[in-house]
Amino acid sequence: MTAPKITPQTLPDKTTEKTPQGSHLDRILGEMSVPIFFALLCFIGIIAADLSPRFLVNEIITRLARNSFLVLSLIIPVIAGLGLNFGIVIGAMSGQAALIIITHLGIGGLPGFLLAALISVPFSVTLGWLTGQVLNRAKGREMVTGYILGFFANGLYQLVFLVLVGTLIPMNNPKLMLSSGIGLRNTIDLIAVNRALDNALFNSVKLGAFKVPWATFLVIGLLCLFTSYFTKTKLGQQMRAVGQDMHIAEVSGINVNRTRLIAIIISTVLGAWGQLIYLQNIGTFNTYNSHEQVGMFSIAALLIGGASISKATIWNALLGVLLFHTLFVVSPLAGQRILGIPQVGEYFRSFLAYGIIAVSLALHAWQSRKKVESKDKG
Amino acid sequence: MSSPVFPSLWRPLWRHNYLPRGVLQLPESTVLELKNITKSYFGVTVLKGINLSVKPGEIHAIVGENGAGKSTLMNLIFGMPVIHETGGFEGDILMDGQPVKISSPRQAMELGIGMVHQEFMLIPGFTITENIKLNREITKPNLASKVLGSGLETLDFPAMRKDSRQALEKLGLAIDESTFVSRLPVGYMQFVEIAREIDKKNARLIVFDEPTAVLAESEADQLIAAMKRLAEQGIAILFITHRLDEVMACSDTISILRDGELVKTLTRNETSVGEIAELMVGRKLERSPLPGRATEPSDEDLILELKDFRVEMPGERVRGLNLKVRRGEILGIGGLAGQGKVGIANGVMGLYPASGHVIKDGVELRLNDPKAALEAKMAFVSEDRRGVGLLLDESIAVNIVLTSIETQNKFLRWTILPGVRLLDQKAVHDYTLKIIKDLDIRCTGPNQPVRRLSGGNQQKVCLARAFSLHPEILWVSEPTRGIDIGAKQLVLDLLVQFNRKYGMTIIMTSSELNELRRICDRIALVYKGKVAGILKPDASDRDFGLMIAGKQLAKEVG
Ligand SMILES: Nc1ncnc2c1ncn2[C@@H]1O[C@H](COP(=O)(O)OP(=O)(O)OP(=O)(O)O)[C@@H](O)[C@H]1O
Ligand SMILES: [Mg+2]
Repeated sequence: MTAPKITPQTLPDKTTEKTPQGSHLDRILGEMSVPIFFALLCFIGIIAADLSPRFLVNEIITRLARNSFLVLSLIIPVIAGLGLNFGIVIGAMSGQAALIIITHLGIGGLPGFLLAALISVPFSVTLGWLTGQVLNRAKGREMVTGYILGFFANGLYQLVFLVLVGTLIPMNNPKLMLSSGIGLRNTIDLIAVNRALDNALFNSVKLGAFKVPWATFLVIGLLCLFTSYFTKTKLGQQMRAVGQDMHIAEVSGINVNRTRLIAIIISTVLGAWGQLIYLQNIGTFNTYNSHEQVGMFSIAALLIGGASISKATIWNALLGVLLFHTLFVVSPLAGQRILGIPQVGEYFRSFLAYGIIAVSLALHAWQSRKKVESKDKG
Repeated sequence: MSSPVFPSLWRPLWRHNYLPRGVLQLPESTVLELKNITKSYFGVTVLKGINLSVKPGEIHAIVGENGAGKSTLMNLIFGMPVIHETGGFEGDILMDGQPVKISSPRQAMELGIGMVHQEFMLIPGFTITENIKLNREITKPNLASKVLGSGLETLDFPAMRKDSRQALEKLGLAIDESTFVSRLPVGYMQFVEIAREIDKKNARLIVFDEPTAVLAESEADQLIAAMKRLAEQGIAILFITHRLDEVMACSDTISILRDGELVKTLTRNETSVGEIAELMVGRKLERSPLPGRATEPSDEDLILELKDFRVEMPGERVRGLNLKVRRGEILGIGGLAGQGKVGIANGVMGLYPASGHVIKDGVELRLNDPKAALEAKMAFVSEDRRGVGLLLDESIAVNIVLTSIETQNKFLRWTILPGVRLLDQKAVHDYTLKIIKDLDIRCTGPNQPVRRLSGGNQQKVCLARAFSLHPEILWVSEPTRGIDIGAKQLVLDLLVQFNRKYGMTIIMTSSELNELRRICDRIALVYKGKVAGILKPDASDRDFGLMIAGKQLAKEVG
């Protein structure tokens, strides 16, 4: 059974083929323009702030360890086409709930930390499942919906820990609770699990003059491995398909809703663990505020690393954390030096976080419009 | 002989007509049976009491006008979400005589039903392999998957590539299976979809919804050959097309749909193209002679000139082409697939990287800039129209006039406020009504969302949009692709009418030589990215044949 071959000259030969967008280099420059811009800003900031290199490096190591896990937890929903998951705030709350429980039980150290990680799972899975259910009913508007859901969850969180604890939920722990016996205190000290993970391994091994949280970096490394492995699995492939085109995925027999649900659940669980890592490093937390800016800052970091709403890689996440937090460290001092007002740096940070998110959303809308139009030359 | 014990032994003979037809029969059993199928969309009944049965190894063609309900019937068999989101259907589907419930594509696939859809169902950002194996990936178990379930098994790319390679080879497609689909020419995408269906090992029935609409003639032949091979293996095939010669070339049985009713089911040897056409349209088709012009276009007055024009369009490269276009003519561009005829319009309109010179009215056109092309008063109806370029959730009216509003400020009226112009709703409405009538767009009115139109009617909307720009030069590629024979005539007539009435210069690319010869003043034949020569439409078949194959003629015409 020999079939007539389509003439070879009709083949797009790979070597000479150029995409309409231009050469390879152009494309890379285009994709990397955001990180390059922020790298320049960092560079200027570093020079202007004139910090001691030792302090700067130390600060950056700490912040990389503290934040990378959270930012990495955002990648899987992007792959599944859910955009940037503002719902990780909900994961963060689950993490905090777990921390409150182990603090109450008085279990500390690495066992306490691991127990918190375990306890956070049922919370974050349940909440992630609920989030996923809502997002599946709000297809195409996932990001806004996730953002609003975050507020809503925040309300519930406050209800539970401010009102129900000590009333409906029996609890008696003067150290944690307000003097009235109802509701938790504003700040909770995490002495017991402070740096429980950071210091778990090779505590005495230093990198030159710098102390490095080896175990935390190990965990982050594992998450990177997991993420890249995951994209090569069947489930990961389904998520990519759903992310690219829900309709085609559905027609190919993929259960779109289920796939999206799994992506959100994974992200929420990772978000909870990310928050645990973050808080064990800080050593104390604001019961009612710590989770609030998690979503915003993590998303801003990912975007600064060159990710977009529809594309994010491990490298975007790591690069983004590096750049965003370098700016974080240098901007107050740079603001002080350049303008004489340290608050400028503070404003600058918020401005940066919100600004980059707004710009990238606008850019995304513009690009998807352009895509439609370029096919639309009727 | 009634059961295909050794299908490959006797089927090929039968397929290729080496034996008298009466000798061979299809098996008695049926793969699929539809009983009394009725379906309505938003209160409009689009299928009325359809009965149909398909036997193993049978190629069953379904023909009918645009909007007759063909795709709806196929979507229903494949359990497409659109059917169930709009309230399901009445009637029964039987497979192997047993009633089955098909409420999702997944179920259809489990039952061994495959479908090549009218609109593309490929993920552009995936490679050919990934698309062929979509949701049927070959995987290897690992530690994590043993604990957490098979979803975490890793993909076995080498094995997936091997399977894809095989499926592509069965279709005679020599292309690298790790190419991204977004880089393929339209015709190839169709073959990738078919490769995907072939690769399904449990396939029993494959639905082809207008698979040849985006293909050039030679490619279509190849596709039909592939379909026949599938049928030889006992796979039943439902085949939708508007090209009746294809129906005659391959089908065993032909069902004709008209306005949602199954008018008649015929076997191929008891019918003719003429009869089918009449049954489809419900009236006789007649051709009118071309109207004349006051002054004939000539080389004295050129509107456009291409010099050493090159376009980097994969699969359709243009390599240093020279062409002069006369003001007011209808110029045809023909040639075999892959020779570059498709690249010309795409290059001029700035959709693919181009170089060389394009001179319009003595002015050099800025290349690689779609906007410059539009501003030079040129419009383009692309050959790649399936579900492309239309805002599916917007109304017919908006789709037709939007480009005119944006680029030419048409359909706007001044208000009392200086500088503020508003959309002239009434002008839009009247205009759309007229063009809907001219092109016979089957719809409920100008406000119907385009998504709810049948595929062919969506294409008419694309044409209407280009017409309403009133360009000086209209580039149309494959204007009648996917359009039924009745409407085809309308579209061609309309092109002529625009040409004669407004003096619009039309450059029409088509792989159907007949269509070119019917309305063009001159036909340029493209070979290896260059113009091999230009012929008058009444030149002999032999001249056309030679020139298409790149042979220079002793005397050129035109
Ligand atoms: N999603 C939808 N919602 C509402 N009506 C629809 C929808 N899809 C199709 N229709 C209507 O159903 C009728 C049949 O459409 P269908 O797509 O089955 O036609 P078709 O025979 O495939 O035509 P074509 O040859 O143009 O592809 C048309 O009148 C169309 O307007
Ligand atoms: Mg159709």
